[in-house]
Amino acid sequence: MDVFVQQLINGITLGSIYGLIAIGYTMVFGIIGMVNFAHGDVFMVSAFIALIAFLIVTTWLGITSVALAIFIMLIVSMAFTSLINWAIERVAYRPLRGSFRLAPLISAIGMSIFLSNFVQVTQGPRNKAIPPIIRGEFILSGHDAYTVTLSYKQIIIWGVTAVLLAAFWYLVAKTSLGRAQRACEQDQKMAALVGIDVDRTIAMTFVIAAALAAVAGTMYVMYYGVVSFSDGFVPGVKAFTAAVLGGIGSLPGAVVGGILIGLIETLWSAYFTIDYKDVAAFSVLAITLIFLPQGLFGRPDVEKV
Amino acid sequence: MTASARRERSEVVHALRDAGITALISFGLFLPLVGLLTITNMNNELRLTTRLPLLVIFVALIAGVRLLVTLVIRPWAERRRALSTRKPFSIPRSFSRWFVPFAIGFLVVYPFISLAAVGYSGSLKWIDNFGIQILIYVMLGWGLNIVVGLAGLLDLGYVAFYAVGAYSYGLLASHFGLSFWILLPLAGILSSFWGILLGFPVLRLRGDYLAIVTLAFGEIIRIVLVNWVDLTNGYAGIAAIPRPTFFGIPFNTDDNGFAATFHLTFSPTHRTIFLYYLILGLALLTGYVTTRLRRLPVGRAWEALREDEIACRSLGINTTNTKLTAFAMGAMFAGFAGSFFAARQGFISPESFTFIESATILSIVVLGGMGSQIGVAIAAVAMIGGTEIMRDMDFLKAIFGDTFDPTQYRMLIFGFAMVLIMIWKPRGLIASREPSVFLKERKTISSELVKEGHG
Repeated sequence: MDVFVQQLINGITLGSIYGLIAIGYTMVFGIIGMVNFAHGDVFMVSAFIALIAFLIVTTWLGITSVALAIFIMLIVSMAFTSLINWAIERVAYRPLRGSFRLAPLISAIGMSIFLSNFVQVTQGPRNKAIPPIIRGEFILSGHDAYTVTLSYKQIIIWGVTAVLLAAFWYLVAKTSLGRAQRACEQDQKMAALVGIDVDRTIAMTFVIAAALAAVAGTMYVMYYGVVSFSDGFVPGVKAFTAAVLGGIGSLPGAVVGGILIGLIETLWSAYFTIDYKDVAAFSVLAITLIFLPQGLFGRPDVEKV
Repeated sequence: MTASARRERSEVVHALRDAGITALISFGLFLPLVGLLTITNMNNELRLTTRLPLLVIFVALIAGVRLLVTLVIRPWAERRRALSTRKPFSIPRSFSRWFVPFAIGFLVVYPFISLAAVGYSGSLKWIDNFGIQILIYVMLGWGLNIVVGLAGLLDLGYVAFYAVGAYSYGLLASHFGLSFWILLPLAGILSSFWGILLGFPVLRLRGDYLAIVTLAFGEIIRIVLVNWVDLTNGYAGIAAIPRPTFFGIPFNTDDNGFAATFHLTFSPTHRTIFLYYLILGLALLTGYVTTRLRRLPVGRAWEALREDEIACRSLGINTTNTKLTAFAMGAMFAGFAGSFFAARQGFISPESFTFIESATILSIVVLGGMGSQIGVAIAAVAMIGGTEIMRDMDFLKAIFGDTFDPTQYRMLIFGFAMVLIMIWKPRGLIASREPSVFLKERKTISSELVKEGHG
């Protein structure tokens, strides 16, 4: 039972990170119908930027306040990652709008290869590790053999994820930008006719997706304390799985899917074998798509002639 | 000041302002990752250093390119577009008629050209790195072309079948001592079984979803290869795989070896040349079979499926069988290529079958123009040949210093080239379609008129 509770806590933490990345997939797919293959690598880049921000804050500026350090990491990572994703959309996807269907996907695969290799070339192939930012934990139930703990890091991840999701939900549901996004999702031509700047709305979607990926990246660095150039691919695929599981295009679905994937992964590692934890996540993807293609919260896709 | 001079001046001012904004944005883009470097110091702690000169070079380069594009290239392109009416590029019939025999003829004499030019030891690199390596990818490209180009099923896990072929050969040859010529068809059959096995569950999926699920299957197979250590030896891989023989005659220094039998002085290049002809034969077989299949009912069903699945079904074509045959055929050629790969390397490990390989093969197919055999071959030469050339650009060391390693930049340039080619020619290099069925005359249509990837 204790093991189960502990894995539940770990799984929700990991799932929050996946959920934040999954929103990026789901939004971009919703608005332009494209699997943004490079999104996992955007997440990796954001984690790198957060790590660099951490080094600036601690070694150059000498700030010791943990809360301030994390806040600065978040802001810096969100700002730069948003700019990068905006530029990626501008360079690699916008010229392909209206082109044939596979073109943006291939372009995104190219971008994904480019991003991970760019980081490898500029920052080196080795793992980058930083000392733990936050130590300490609550002990929920203690035995001699096994203690269930809830670390401060995990609480911060839950809190930050919840707050940002609320802010983000407000943005999509209540603001004019959100309305424009939903309009473009339904019909781009019609949206343009009623005066929505479609290009700008799509660009903003990429910016928001990147900002949420940057939150995930910052949390990832804070939680694991290590990042390398190849860390984008697997979380990217898992987050995509989460988006599909929740029903692609559905925002609450992405978060629920993310947490489910996180739970499946940690519980699988705890009770079966850690070697095959990625197989578990990938199998969930295949099974979902085959038996429940619209996901948990998605609308069924009507086939039109 | 005349009006035209004033207009020109305002254009220059505008372009300069534009370049300035670009410089500002690229400064922001590259500041964290290029301007700052994370290094581990003596105490094993991570520290930051700045790299401002490099950042300045990056920013200046990008702003310069932007300026050049707005001032020179774009007006030039517009003038050209105004002069010529747009016509879809297509290969003239006469070109494809002489190009194919010429290309095959060149490929047949290629090892001897390189032998004559640089001798036995020098030609090893040319035949192995360029000849064999490129031909493997041509073969894989043609194999995947059946699935993606003809049947329109986007497969991102193609490398899994390549791995199945390679491990079939590697395991069966080293454990049971079976010969290459028995295992080659066996590897193809096993791979096509896997193609059907993995094809079944994904029959209902289409487009991007299909791509992601096939990617997941490819990764699952790779993870199993890594973790099933008892069978596959995990990351360490299978070493000392028996090499293929020349119909029973081994390539070694023995008295019954190839060199002694044919009264030649022994050279490792003999085996390389033999392998070259082997892969050339296999690749041509793939190309030939594909061309013939296109004229058979099953090939026509593939192409119909690519164009419109619903129409296809309403015409009474069994889409299940059509998709499965496409998967099985594509997988079979990947299996052949995989067993050849294992035989050539003598060593295989899961590292050779990562997602990057699948992406490379897919990009070759898409860049070549899906469905176009010549296009795929040209794309394979350009992409693989290009990355191989990057390997031995030693003169770059003279420019950038001794620590400069061009191989690091291979994948970087590869990824960026994929993006650029998609923007430049989203339909691939050869973007024309020749119908395999026609009434009175063969009409080539631009592929912009047809859709694909919906399957």
